[in-house]
Amino acid sequence: MNSFFSGTRLRDMIRAIRACKTAAEERAVVRKECAAIRTSINENDHDYRHRNLAKLMFIHMLGYPTHFGQMECLKLIASAGFPEKRIGYLGLMLLLDERQEVLMLVTNSLKQDLNHSNQYIVGLALCALGNICSAEMARDLAPEVERLLQFRDPNIRKKAALCSIRIIRKVPDLAENFINPAAALLKEKHHGVLITGIQLCTDLCKVSPEALEFLRKKHTEGLVRTLKDVVNSPYTPEYDIAGIADPFLHVRLLKLLRALGQGDADSSDAMNDILAQVATKTESNKNAGNAILYECVETIMSIEDNGGLRVLAINILGRFLSNRDNNIRYVALNMLMKAITVDAQAVQRHRATILECVKDSDASIRKRALELVYLLVNETNVKPLTKELIDYLEVSDQDFKGDLTAKICSIVEKFSPEKIWYIDQMLKVLAEAGNFVKDEVWHALIVVISNASDLHGYTVRALYKAFKTSSEQESLVRVAVWCIGEYGDMLMNNVGMLGIEDSVTVTDSDIVDVVEIAIKRHASDLTTKAMALIALLKLSSRFPSCSERIKDIIVHHKGSLVLELQQRSLEFNSIIDKHQNIRSTLVERMPILDEATFTTRRAGSLPAAVSTSDDVPAAPSSSGGDFLQDLLGVDLSPAPTQSGTNQVQKAGTDVLLDLLSIGAHPVQSSSSTTDILSTHSK
Amino acid sequence: MIQFVLLISRQGKVRLTKWYSPYTQKERSKVIRELSGVILTRGPKLCNFVEWRGHKVVYKRYASLYFCMGIDQEDNELEVLEIIHHYVEILDRYFGSVCELDLIFNFHKAYYALDELLIAGELQESSKKTVARLIAAQDSLVEAAKEQASSLSNIISQATK
Repeated sequence: MNSFFSGTRLRDMIRAIRACKTAAEERAVVRKECAAIRTSINENDHDYRHRNLAKLMFIHMLGYPTHFGQMECLKLIASAGFPEKRIGYLGLMLLLDERQEVLMLVTNSLKQDLNHSNQYIVGLALCALGNICSAEMARDLAPEVERLLQFRDPNIRKKAALCSIRIIRKVPDLAENFINPAAALLKEKHHGVLITGIQLCTDLCKVSPEALEFLRKKHTEGLVRTLKDVVNSPYTPEYDIAGIADPFLHVRLLKLLRALGQGDADSSDAMNDILAQVATKTESNKNAGNAILYECVETIMSIEDNGGLRVLAINILGRFLSNRDNNIRYVALNMLMKAITVDAQAVQRHRATILECVKDSDASIRKRALELVYLLVNETNVKPLTKELIDYLEVSDQDFKGDLTAKICSIVEKFSPEKIWYIDQMLKVLAEAGNFVKDEVWHALIVVISNASDLHGYTVRALYKAFKTSSEQESLVRVAVWCIGEYGDMLMNNVGMLGIEDSVTVTDSDIVDVVEIAIKRHASDLTTKAMALIALLKLSSRFPSCSERIKDIIVHHKGSLVLELQQRSLEFNSIIDKHQNIRSTLVERMPILDEATFTTRRAGSLPAAVSTSDDVPAAPSSSGGDFLQDLLGVDLSPAPTQSGTNQVQKAGTDVLLDLLSIGAHPVQSSSSTTDILSTHSK
Repeated sequence: MIQFVLLISRQGKVRLTKWYSPYTQKERSKVIRELSGVILTRGPKLCNFVEWRGHKVVYKRYASLYFCMGIDQEDNELEVLEIIHHYVEILDRYFGSVCELDLIFNFHKAYYALDELLIAGELQESSKKTVARLIAAQDSLVEAAKEQASSLSNIISQATK
């Protein structure tokens, strides 16, 4: 025998590991132990198998590989004694899972142990089977488990019931065999058997319509009676939690009743009284009571309509929502989301409170509340709700801004009553959290702006003002730069003033300043800089007096290390220098972007404008990029094949660019720049 | 259904893990690593639920240990809190005011207790007394086997003297 090895007891190993000061020390100790265990395994050492496995489990918990111990579990399980089997099954459940083929080897031992004369050994086998069995094992051992549902000792019956749940989850076809023995468990008095039996029946209802029908017809009344008995039962110290007799049993009964009542008026009717009793009589000052109320509300919401009960349930949720306990508020929000399909009006009444929850200090509650608010928005309340959310955006946590921004943008797009409102809200979001706005969202904004010809002046002036205060928000800068390139002249001359606006006095050089800031801004990425170059080119034609200055800025990028910027700079420079005669036609205002095309493409549906089949796979993922081509003035409709190939290439390069973590846009925009030149100079 | 049970110390050390659904080793360590990052940094007054990567996790801190259970979307979060408390009380009775060290050196016993409480991610027993009785009965089976083995080796050693 290895004398060195037999010296380290489990306790000593744990001490040694705990004494390690660094990860390297710990690894060394573990390596030494693992080596010793391997030797011991190779020597087929019986005496220390037990201890070896215990050590391996500890090592496994620390995250080290322990696969070499798997066979030891099987050997221990196959030994005769209870202590060996106990640790063997524990090791099996910890070190293996249903995907290992080794597990198949244990099927036979399990079968023997399920038929063992010692009930504790039967219990071990049931527990292991219930926790890790695969579909194949479930098929092989289902008859044994089914038989054990009628075992004399209730503690085996309850284990067999849970084991059956695992079996029917793995192999739903087997459900049929379990219906009768499971239903028999519903009449038990032993709480353990009762709760596991009820759980088994609930699971049976999920996988088998026959089981649902059978239990509904034969057992609804019995279950209602059982619930009544539990609710009215006198104080029993064994099951009492916070003055309630067995809340776990309450919850499971309510769950099963929910399954039976759903879509069936008669059984729903049969449980009305007891549900009303639970909803009104349950103490709500402790968590256990609230757990029951919560379950009861869900059951009331799910079963067939009974006006009175629903009012009761909504009132409970209202009380939950104003509770000071965060847990209770969280579940209230959760439940209101389900209630919205049942009674949207009732949920709307709590809108103000829910809106407060969006501003909660707890991230979990904020998240739930935001999702709920999102569902609450409709045409009539979109304006006040959006205002609230945008106001909150200013003060919210950085890590919540992403979610919040996405939801606001989605709400604004979905329910905006008029374009000017949409543009206003989007500009607010861009100014506040532009860095969190997704590409497709600001792309969509540009499409809308382009289509709202009476608002061009208004928008570009608003963007100009916003840029002055929030130039650190990338997507705001991009939209501003684009609009200034297109509508810069309207900005200077206050064209299309709306009554609500104050006039601004802006000179042409102020405008060029903005674009210059954008292009020189340290944080600007490639896309922004590329867009700024185009805007400059356009401005050079709109403001001839600034032409020289613009040329200087453009020339400055001639030496850019980024190929895309270098190329644009050179090309634009030659347009300004040598092609004065065509410049004004080249940089004309963009034609109005086609909103319908953009929407369909963005929705990811089959692109209407592009008809080539090889384009289809690339379209949904790269729609943002395609759109940039639109922005830059490439008309997609006349050349379907060409754009198709472009996109295929692009999909490839995108991956490469992603790998190299370079901005993804330049490639397709470079192709489009050349397109602009070629198509227009024809 | 409870998908997994984790016990994590305040320092982020894992004290117990039990998985009722198949997770690969890689997924397991990812869940443990990221989840402890989320849970350990949460303030004391916040709610006991976190949603993270599509998992819903109910957790509760007892002294230096966080008890966490990953559950399904439709599960009753408040009830799962009761189950956690139920488990803690069972451990407390078994060890006699349990502390983290008990669970480190007797981690296998914490697993045995859990196996009497949950199978297939579902609750097995609502009576703490019954659970305690069942564990005690099995412990005494182990003790009896040990005694038998040692008396046997005594007899052998005396006979071979």
